[in-house]
Amino acid sequence: MKALRFLILFAVGGVLLWGVTQLPPRGDADHPIHRARTGAGDTVASTYYIENAYKDAETPNMVTVVLADYRGYDTLGETVVVFTAGLACYLILRRRRI
Amino acid sequence: MIVKSSSPIVSLGARTLSPVIQLYAFYVIAHGHYSPGGGFQGGALLAASIILVRLSSGQRIGDMQFNKALGTPLSSVGALIYAGTGIVALLLGGNFLQYAEIPLLGGDPVMRRNMGILLVELGVALAVTVTFVSIYDDLTEPDDD
Repeated sequence: MKALRFLILFAVGGVLLWGVTQLPPRGDADHPIHRARTGAGDTVASTYYIENAYKDAETPNMVTVVLADYRGYDTLGETVVVFTAGLACYLILRRRRI
Repeated sequence: MIVKSSSPIVSLGARTLSPVIQLYAFYVIAHGHYSPGGGFQGGALLAASIILVRLSSGQRIGDMQFNKALGTPLSSVGALIYAGTGIVALLLGGNFLQYAEIPLLGGDPVMRRNMGILLVELGVALAVTVTFVSIYDDLTEPDDD
């Protein structure tokens, strides 16, 4: 049983390491996902954020604009995750006779 | 249950540091538009300042700073501020979380988005702060209830 556990561990680890080798080199400007425009000439989402973050929300920190405005839905989910963690701790750990 | 430290240096030092950390936390929350920071980071700092007093001076004095009973209700208020902003925008004819559709936030749509981001960050900060403190309280609760 222990051998099987190690086999699964190394298999999954190997797949993850293989996945890392397939990532594009960091800072490679010619790679498709790092380009400002797609091959068809459309604007990539990150290019849109960089060009329009200040115009859309008058906020110099574009990370904040992406976090709370463009990707507000995602941040709402993150807040709910934190809240759920607190709720789970409350339900599991708090000792109270009902 | 964490017992109160007997050393006056520890409790005095923690009580002196706590307001300074809180001030910096509010700076991080309010300055999220201009520098790295925002609700999550500022909330974590605020929670750290509250937990510091609880660790050094015990639960009784910690409760004077932030009462344990407020923990879980306030963290749902934080999450509700965020979701409520989205739902208000939805009710006023926009999309969910489309701050530009909320006239209460200011004049032109650009400024409304700016204020909407601030409102949402405040909700995040409240939820994160209170959740961290309430997890700490749950972990250290005495066995005899």
